[in-house]
Amino acid sequence: MTTTSLVEALAEIVGARHVRTALPERVTYARDGLPTHRRVPGVVVLPGSRDEVVAVVRLLAALGIPFVPRGAGTGLSGGALADDDAVLLVLTRLNRIVKIDPSNRVAVVEPGVVNVRLSAAAAPHGLQYTPDPSSQTACTIGGNVAENAGGPHCLKYGVTANHVLALEVVLADGSVVELGSPGGEPWGPDLTGLFVGSEGNFGIATRITVRLLPVPRAVRTLLADFPALRTAGEAVSAVIASGIVPAALEMMDQSCIQAVEDSVYAAGYPRDAAAVLLVELDGSREEAVAADSDTIEGILRANGARSVVGAADAKQRERLWLGRKKAFGAMGRLSRNLVVQDAVVPRSALPDVLETIGRIASSYGLTVSNVFHAGDGNLHPNISFDGRVPGLKARVDAASGEMMAACIAAGGTITGEHGVGLDKLRYMPMIFDGDSLAAMRAVRHVFDPDERVNPGKVVPVHACREWSGVRNVEWGVLAP
Amino acid sequence: MSLVERVRALLGDDAVDVAATHDGVPRVAPASPDAVALLLGTARAEGWRVRIEGAASWLAADAPADLALTTRRLDKIPAIEPQDLSATAEAGIGCDLLRQQLADRGTWLALDPPGLAGRTLGSVVATATAGPLRQGFGSIRDHLLGVTFVTGDGRLVQSGGRVMKNVAGYDLTKLEAGSFGAFGVIVLVHLRLRAVPRADRTLVLEGSREDLAQVTDDITAAGIQPAAHELLSPALARRERWTLAVRFAGSAALVSAEEAGLGAATEGRFTALRVDEARALWTHAAECFAARPVTFRVGGLPESSDELLDLLQHQVGDEWISASPGIGAIRWGGETTADRLRRLRRTLAGLEVPLTLERAPWPVRAAVGHFGAYREGVGPLVTGLRRTFDPGEAFVVAVEGTE
Repeated sequence: MTTTSLVEALAEIVGARHVRTALPERVTYARDGLPTHRRVPGVVVLPGSRDEVVAVVRLLAALGIPFVPRGAGTGLSGGALADDDAVLLVLTRLNRIVKIDPSNRVAVVEPGVVNVRLSAAAAPHGLQYTPDPSSQTACTIGGNVAENAGGPHCLKYGVTANHVLALEVVLADGSVVELGSPGGEPWGPDLTGLFVGSEGNFGIATRITVRLLPVPRAVRTLLADFPALRTAGEAVSAVIASGIVPAALEMMDQSCIQAVEDSVYAAGYPRDAAAVLLVELDGSREEAVAADSDTIEGILRANGARSVVGAADAKQRERLWLGRKKAFGAMGRLSRNLVVQDAVVPRSALPDVLETIGRIASSYGLTVSNVFHAGDGNLHPNISFDGRVPGLKARVDAASGEMMAACIAAGGTITGEHGVGLDKLRYMPMIFDGDSLAAMRAVRHVFDPDERVNPGKVVPVHACREWSGVRNVEWGVLAP
Repeated sequence: MSLVERVRALLGDDAVDVAATHDGVPRVAPASPDAVALLLGTARAEGWRVRIEGAASWLAADAPADLALTTRRLDKIPAIEPQDLSATAEAGIGCDLLRQQLADRGTWLALDPPGLAGRTLGSVVATATAGPLRQGFGSIRDHLLGVTFVTGDGRLVQSGGRVMKNVAGYDLTKLEAGSFGAFGVIVLVHLRLRAVPRADRTLVLEGSREDLAQVTDDITAAGIQPAAHELLSPALARRERWTLAVRFAGSAALVSAEEAGLGAATEGRFTALRVDEARALWTHAAECFAARPVTFRVGGLPESSDELLDLLQHQVGDEWISASPGIGAIRWGGETTADRLRRLRRTLAGLEVPLTLERAPWPVRAAVGHFGAYREGVGPLVTGLRRTFDPGEAFVVAVEGTE
């Protein structure tokens, strides 16, 4: 089939205005939230219903054409980019909240529903959808499922996988399967848990059943400032060891604080602090939350906090959080390009790893800002740079690699919530051996025998024992 | 060379115990994950059929096989990290020993699985048998950071890690949890821990099921968030009537406030148990299930709990039931037949409620299967995954029944 006839066939299914073929249109889908990867898809198609998704996927299956599912494109791993020989299947038109069942505390949504919209819809029932990625005002639940997205409040409430109960999924051949059940007990092995976080490699979730939780009746938000990054890291360990689980425990270093305070999102963070911790406690009992908050405040002070200030009201709390959640955007002021990294270390390793990251950045002459989920040990070292400067991108890549290696050496991993996508492919052999990577690839083949769904992502096929010639375009840096 | 001689040559004399099993199947106890891989690689080559055993206190060690692979010698705890609230344990460690060692380091695994205290960690993970604490702390998979397992053809596969968040690669850990060993022998488990709760309080209320259902609604409406909120049948609670047992665990302030909230929401009808009474209640409720030949779990929506309990009562009786009405999870134990289980599964499937057979004698397991009544398209995926991880069909696991 020629490109023209493919486009005509797609238009037949979704309508001509939902098929994008002009280069300027396709270029708008060439990146996600990470600026270091660029792919221009061959065709972009935007189905408007589950049936249209099925029809498009069946057409592509019949033609043997690869395709890439995509939500709002806010991902940070290059995971939702398609090459020019692939069709980009954008799911933002599937944006209905199908059902909110307050009695059973579940909701059913289509994949294109924006994260924050679900909590807004559940709020009149005193409920919320808890996973809250920083991009929650733009990112979609379908994208969250693909990446197993986290967010600040996942420390207490868990990541996306902990909240997804059931899925309707369109496989690579266009068949539809139902995974999980609204009560959470699977029909057989836990294929829902397997699907969440599979980065689109196993198919397209067209209907998602999630658990809702009560909006906490009591909330306390503390801002603690520290004279040194190490001290703040040690305070994190002390809080975790106390046995009180905060809803969120976030850290920002001085570079990040300055960027936020210089932006429209200025939150009143102390500019002279080496680091601040944003700690939130919540629960159903005001007196319990207040008592736990007092305990945490004491721990923070005992571990070197210069000051600990509680949000006086909901407005101040919102301001503190807006600064944190918009920090990535604020850092855009620092330079033309920003690489948002993602790694996880054991929480007790935070002080040492933060120092190591600082040393690596210095050795490459790079500016690194840290804003991250300290309570989970989930680091986000952000490297600001100007991609137009010759050779600088290569230095950023090399520094990123060293940072990943440092996190792995500390017992950590290469991604906690952004996914592998294209960006982390080269690091996968640093944490998994050939048998483990081959097992992952074999599992993929169960869902997608021809590797047509989001090809070239997650598993670096060259590192698999059972490599059989399928390429990963960007992988190869660490090839044996 | 006989199978036993072959295995002895591979793993050493002390790895094989010919006399130990009741059905004459030689029991092999590899002492390391690598030894498990070596054994299963050989099993694949020789075409041996293998049944997986832990302490044999939960799932009966009665599946027909050429050899029984027990994880008993995989009983080490390589790491407990109180600062990180994580631990790494081999699959053959008994839950009682693990719990004690964790407590000695001020840490707690918030799991209270059914069965005897000495059940192995691997058994709990492979069968995903969570107990009443599932209400507050989630199911088995929510406590796992990663696992290492050995496939049916002897490949050692690692999934996840030992940090709190991890999306590197596909989540094979969740696939392993609750797969009853169909995809591999779990040899190593990385666990998410909590600090030992500063306060731990259990309160109980006896009454009719209808009365306690209303109390459950009151608790939910009041926003009370218990660690466990369990409806126990009279036999299980060793009381005259049904018992609603509510457990709070956490900081002293939290437990005190929640207890006060419970009192206010239920007009002070609950009675607080002493520490020894609470321990006895929960231990008995867990151990009872190991004394009955058949156990299964069903998972419905919270609002359907009453209807499901009625259905169970009608079709298989309600002597041994432990239910978490707040999340719609029910565990049933007792004596029943394969035909009744099949019928019940079909009825439940019509209500969109899965039934997972947790334990039963082999003839019942083989006939009914741990799983069944798959939704559309699930069966081929499960079959494909079994072929992937066990290409020689070495593992004797009743994933699906014969119907």
